Amino acid sequence: MENAELTREFVAEGREHLLQVEADLVNLEKSPQDHEILSRIFRAVHTIKGASGFMGLKKLEALTHAGENLLSRLRDGRMQVNQEITTLLLQLVDTLQQTMGMIESQGNDAALQHAPLTLKINRLLQNTPSTANTKLDDNRGASSPQEPSGVAAPPETAVHSEQLVAAGSASTGTPASAAETAATASQEEATGTAVSSPSTASSVAESHVRVDVGLLDRLMNLVGELVLARNQILQLSDHSGHRQLDTVAQRLNLVTTELQEEVMKTRLQPIRNAWSKLPRVVRDTSVALGRQVQLEMIGQDTELDRAIIEAIKDPMLHLVRNALDHGIEPPAERKVAGKPEAGRLCLRAYHEGGQVNIEVADDGRGILPSRVKAKALEKGLITGDQASRMSDREAFHLLFLPGFSTAEKVTNVSGRGVGMDVVKTNIEKLGGSVDIESTPGQGTVVKIKIPLTLAIIPALLVTCGDQRYAVPQVNLVELVRVEVEQRHEMIQEIMGAPVCRLRGRLLPLIYLSSVFGVGSTAGENEAVNIVVLKADQQQFGLVVDRINDTCEIVVKPLGKHLKRIPVFAGATVLGDGTVALILDVLGLAQHARVLSHAQMAEHQGMERVVGGGRTSGATQLLLCSFGEQRVAIDLSTVGRLEKIPQAKVEMSGGREVVQYRGHIMDLVRLSSMLGYAESADGDLNVVVYHAGQRPVGLVVGTIQDIVEQQIRLDTGNRRPGIRGRCIIQGRTTELVDIPAIVEAAGLMLAVES
Amino acid sequence: MSTQQELYCTFRVDRYLFGAPVTSVQEVVRHQSMTPVPLAAPEIKGLLNLRGQIVTAIDLRRRLGLPEASSGAAPVHVLLSDGDGAVSLMVDQVEDVQEVSADVIEPPPEIVEPAIRALLRGVAKRKDCLLLLLNETKAISLS
Repeated sequence: MENAELTREFVAEGREHLLQVEADLVNLEKSPQDHEILSRIFRAVHTIKGASGFMGLKKLEALTHAGENLLSRLRDGRMQVNQEITTLLLQLVDTLQQTMGMIESQGNDAALQHAPLTLKINRLLQNTPSTANTKLDDNRGASSPQEPSGVAAPPETAVHSEQLVAAGSASTGTPASAAETAATASQEEATGTAVSSPSTASSVAESHVRVDVGLLDRLMNLVGELVLARNQILQLSDHSGHRQLDTVAQRLNLVTTELQEEVMKTRLQPIRNAWSKLPRVVRDTSVALGRQVQLEMIGQDTELDRAIIEAIKDPMLHLVRNALDHGIEPPAERKVAGKPEAGRLCLRAYHEGGQVNIEVADDGRGILPSRVKAKALEKGLITGDQASRMSDREAFHLLFLPGFSTAEKVTNVSGRGVGMDVVKTNIEKLGGSVDIESTPGQGTVVKIKIPLTLAIIPALLVTCGDQRYAVPQVNLVELVRVEVEQRHEMIQEIMGAPVCRLRGRLLPLIYLSSVFGVGSTAGENEAVNIVVLKADQQQFGLVVDRINDTCEIVVKPLGKHLKRIPVFAGATVLGDGTVALILDVLGLAQHARVLSHAQMAEHQGMERVVGGGRTSGATQLLLCSFGEQRVAIDLSTVGRLEKIPQAKVEMSGGREVVQYRGHIMDLVRLSSMLGYAESADGDLNVVVYHAGQRPVGLVVGTIQDIVEQQIRLDTGNRRPGIRGRCIIQGRTTELVDIPAIVEAAGLMLAVES
Repeated sequence: MSTQQELYCTFRVDRYLFGAPVTSVQEVVRHQSMTPVPLAAPEIKGLLNLRGQIVTAIDLRRRLGLPEASSGAAPVHVLLSDGDGAVSLMVDQVEDVQEVSADVIEPPPEIVEPAIRALLRGVAKRKDCLLLLLNETKAISLS
């Protein structure tokens, strides 16, 4: 148990050191004379070596020892840092990182294949000393403190026998030089220990502790609970009139609020953590592509929720690779264009309006909108007509389409056509957005906007039926209230699809109550509340019963039974302790569109099933009555319900008609078609049915209710216009076949002709 | 004859007595207001707030195809852990914890509808009635 604890500590510390070493190595290549960086790298490797010796990890110790030898020579100026050495040292870091993983999972370094790398390092050490020394002698004259010599190895060599065997087995090196390596190392070890003075290490250790992120998550949950308990106490104290309780409640309130803020902060991490790998990536990629690149990182301390940090790592990596591969030109090309040979890649992060902006900017060749369009045309992603009408900005967005790649040839760096669309989806999953700006010849900027945290988000609470739902504010565009008198003017429907005329544009509407199949509590004669939302560049209006309030909510995941429902992003606990579902705006938009297809399919399927007299899925039915006779109309055939005063009915060609929204609408009385009792005079209840382009009004007697239920149809009394009968709400009800009635009334023909 | 004993938490649903191993029952909480989930499977009664944790409640009556409860008595939540959290199984009433020895347990007879049979581990023959031993993992996983 104790041992496992020790191992975990060792691995965590080792990884931290390696991360630092990796970053330092990349920096070192740029400023090879920086003694401080070299010493830091040396100390880190030395620390790992020392700890691995203590842990009994022999192979790891041997490998770090070889690395340490190389580093000590560099530090003392007996060898110069060059690309070859940096690559080798980076390889060492990679191997050490893998080893850490190995130790973490297996508890030892038994599987480490350290010999090849140790060999490489030792070979380098043996091949170079003379030249390096000459150089050193030139620089420092005879004052060099450690002249390499072929002195016999001190006893310490025995400890590293493994390493020596590896070196010895290579025919290139001589035993003497191998021994020399070890000798230098033993001297260095002494210096190394002295250099890694406790002061630097301890200052960090004193002010920082390592905490498991799982613990932070649990703390966060508990604080959420505390907030709820606090709210309840506050409510109690409001009503009690007990002064002492009031004071305590106020104090509890303050402390809890502060605690909540502080705990939230523990989840934030600097964006540096997402960027730490990038210098290395830039270095390796630019070497592989023959580019010269200067990487600049601005705003590394910008803080983000750690979940987001994790999620943007891959997109960042891809954007950086893309900039190097497609953006920054080879040095020769840059020279011709009159730019400095080394390209500039700049990462910038900053807070703005509760969001974090991240920019990836390069000064490369930029993107030619015409080339993007040509490529999209060639791939059949757009039509020629679309291409000619497209703005430059829209053209850049083509880059985000799946399967798009402008690279002439596929390289192993980028250009497999899976990149940018994945970047976009990943960022949008986080509630963020991506945009591209580019000036041909001058460079490209990719701008990312993401929320600070996923755990706590600002939301708008709305009511639908008797439940409250939270809508993430990232998706919110505006709130529109349509007053009763404007209702008919502003909200109209096209073939059953409701739209709102908003400032000259048509906004598709989704009624939350019908998506959820719950009764709306908003009456026919009330103003309509529309929440205008955007999802995937598109806007739509969500019609809700009431708009309540805005608040910060703590997002909690849904259980596995509910994960598959696309319209919910999670759930949250509101101030009064009730659970509210969080709407997934994108999912809702997709669902509402999908639903229209699904409903059609279901409707067709139902007709077939109903014909066989068997039960079908739940159907929404409009219930009406003609005296004692009850009839049901399938709600999906109902376009609208209207109340039309008897006085408005006119006669035309022997038929009853009314003027309806600029059309002449034929009226069909169900009572006379089906032989029911005529209902009393007064306003007519009319079901508007769309036969082709023109509306037909069916006069339906008294409207009773709208129900959703499974019906068991008895087709015994089937006749023209009646599909059969069934029991609804305990009463025998005839199911009316609207299309058949319209046809029987001869109106289908009239419409078609 | 070896008599292996196991403890079962017993509860009533309709006119039947069910049992789930005590080791899988996390806790029992009395009825509280729930948030219905539109578009979810009909067995899912809603979400409840269990000290800040959001728990999905499954109606065991609906799961077993039994009629809705007629009496006004509030159902009880039996919380079972399902790996990454708790799931509530809503039952009519919780009885007590009983010891059941392995030799009185029989596999559910073939005559029981297969869909229901799949949700049972077995049937324990008690003097007064039959104790239906619930396969709690299957009962709370809806496919």
